Amino acid sequence: MRLYYTYTSENASFKARVEELSGEKIDLCFQCGACSSGCPLTAEMDLLPSTVIRYAQLGMEEALDSNTIWVCSTCFNCEIRCPRGIDIANVMEALRQMRLRKKYDRVSLDDLTPEELRELPQVAIISNLRKLTG
Amino acid sequence: MEKNESEMITIYVMGKKHLVPADLTIMKAMEYAGHQFKRGAGCRGGFCGACATIYRTKGSYKLQGALACQKIVEDGMYIAQIPFSPAEKKTYDVRELRPDASTFLEYYPEIARCLSCNTCTKSCPQDIQVMDYVQAALRGDVEEAAKLSFDCLSCGLCAVRCPAEIVPYNIAQLARRLYSRYIVGPTEHVLKRVEEVEAGEFDEGIEELKGMERETLQHRYETREKRL
Amino acid sequence: MKLPYYPGCTLKTTAKSFDVSTVATAWALGIELVELPRWNCCGTVHALAKDDVMHYLAPIRNLVRVEQMNDEGLVDDNRVVTQCAMCYNTLKRANQSAKEDLEKMTKIRDFMEKEPNYRGSAEVVHMLEILKKIGFEKVSDRVEKPLSGLRVAPYYGCLLLRPREFGIDDSDKPSVMEDLLGALGAEVVDIPFKSKCCGAYHTVQMKEVAADLSHRILSQAAEAGADLVATACPLCEYNLGDRQKEIKKIFREFESIPVVYYTQLMALAFGQGEEATMFGENDPDPRPILKEGGLI
Repeated sequence: MRLYYTYTSENASFKARVEELSGEKIDLCFQCGACSSGCPLTAEMDLLPSTVIRYAQLGMEEALDSNTIWVCSTCFNCEIRCPRGIDIANVMEALRQMRLRKKYDRVSLDDLTPEELRELPQVAIISNLRKLTG
Repeated sequence: MEKNESEMITIYVMGKKHLVPADLTIMKAMEYAGHQFKRGAGCRGGFCGACATIYRTKGSYKLQGALACQKIVEDGMYIAQIPFSPAEKKTYDVRELRPDASTFLEYYPEIARCLSCNTCTKSCPQDIQVMDYVQAALRGDVEEAAKLSFDCLSCGLCAVRCPAEIVPYNIAQLARRLYSRYIVGPTEHVLKRVEEVEAGEFDEGIEELKGMERETLQHRYETREKRL
Repeated sequence: MKLPYYPGCTLKTTAKSFDVSTVATAWALGIELVELPRWNCCGTVHALAKDDVMHYLAPIRNLVRVEQMNDEGLVDDNRVVTQCAMCYNTLKRANQSAKEDLEKMTKIRDFMEKEPNYRGSAEVVHMLEILKKIGFEKVSDRVEKPLSGLRVAPYYGCLLLRPREFGIDDSDKPSVMEDLLGALGAEVVDIPFKSKCCGAYHTVQMKEVAADLSHRILSQAAEAGADLVATACPLCEYNLGDRQKEIKKIFREFESIPVVYYTQLMALAFGQGEEATMFGENDPDPRPILKEGGLI
């Protein structure tokens, strides 16, 4: 099956923004998949981390629709494994920020019960809000 | 005939320019200019927090907070009022709470978003270290949070500016209530007096006063011993 | 030796045992940990977006305190020690990024105009690095009751070792916790998942995910014959320990295994009492297994 894809200026600006926010040279990725194999959360993801990078390389905004960027726990396992020195976690954060900065919150404090708020350690609530709210 | 001449200065209220005497407070200056306060005025004595005002002065980018009834106007002041800042005060029964961090997180979990940016402290017209008391609450240090927030009037300027959307004065109020109930505890002399009243120690005196003639009572009042 | 100490919010509340055992064991080794005055929440995790400045204010403000402590003569050391792995990572990364980026540093200094300018002299270290520097023989010397026969699986978690640049040890083959536990006389049980993510903050709103990841780590520890797991991060301790209730709901045959902070084991080995070890705070309770081993 042939897949045709036209790279437009919107794709280019999307890709440029991802590179700007993450500080990573996404074009270095040659899709080896080492990041995906080291990622502990792929079972919960719809797209593999390496696939998300591919989307980013092609400037495809659909990367923002995957749940991958939200499931990522920023454990940096991908960073230590990448043979080209890309910090994939940085790219994930850049993609998250592109959604969060548009008045979007992935999680809401309203979903937590009073018991949960009482028992969860501060560090959990603080980091959860930091990563997943705008 | 002597005339009291006041120096006149320029202020801008909600964008409109006015010439007002230089020694007035913002509130008096706005009334001098013809504004009538239907909201945003209360005790006029710097205690109720109703007249929260934000302003800039000419040449300075800084956004400052003040109480209109206390702050004297300055030449080139750009003024706007924040008579009410929207905030939800959570309902709780102090008797059922524990004086620790989990209580604050349960009712106001947004304090976990505090960025320690100190914008709240910068907006406070009472010079309170707002960021410090929010941080104290996050750590569970109820005493520190209560003591630092003692002068808070709940004017709302901190809440309006907080980038993490926290309402610091709600945290402060909870801290002070927890502090006085659980850490300071009940005041001995009040409890003792209540006991005395319930034991009937003042019944006779009260009955005597109730049965007095109006003139006698008035005389008694005017010649009462004033204990300082 | 006097060192500036940054406990972090969690060590003052739900992870009090970590704070108390840290200060007690440091004291036993001749280190006085002086808590930073007016410290604030570090605002974990580190902001990865390159244009971010706001999220640097919290960690840099703490580093200003370290410089103030030195200027005022409270300490004579520009290193700040922390135990919470997340605070460590956040403070260290913010420190480095701010020092490397002059424009960012200028913006931070301008914004925090009421604070003295951060000169960039503070250095963030983790307690394990300090222990390694002192030398594990010194730790051994202080041991009164060696943890003989106790099989401990060290669990590093993520942020102590990664990203590679900021790890306290080799990201792929760390050994500092093993060396420490060995110095305490314990039998070290190595598990392949010792630095695999426990689920971190997903424990808040996707707790089954955190439970699943923690379960994988704990099952490895149990299979390898560990009596308990030692950790250096309050979030890991929560996911591996307190969340075992959640794990049991999903994996019925799961058998609980206690999780403790490594400093609690140090305090035990140093012969310091319950006030320092605070084993009562851990869930599940490690005391039965420690009693079995004759250690308490």
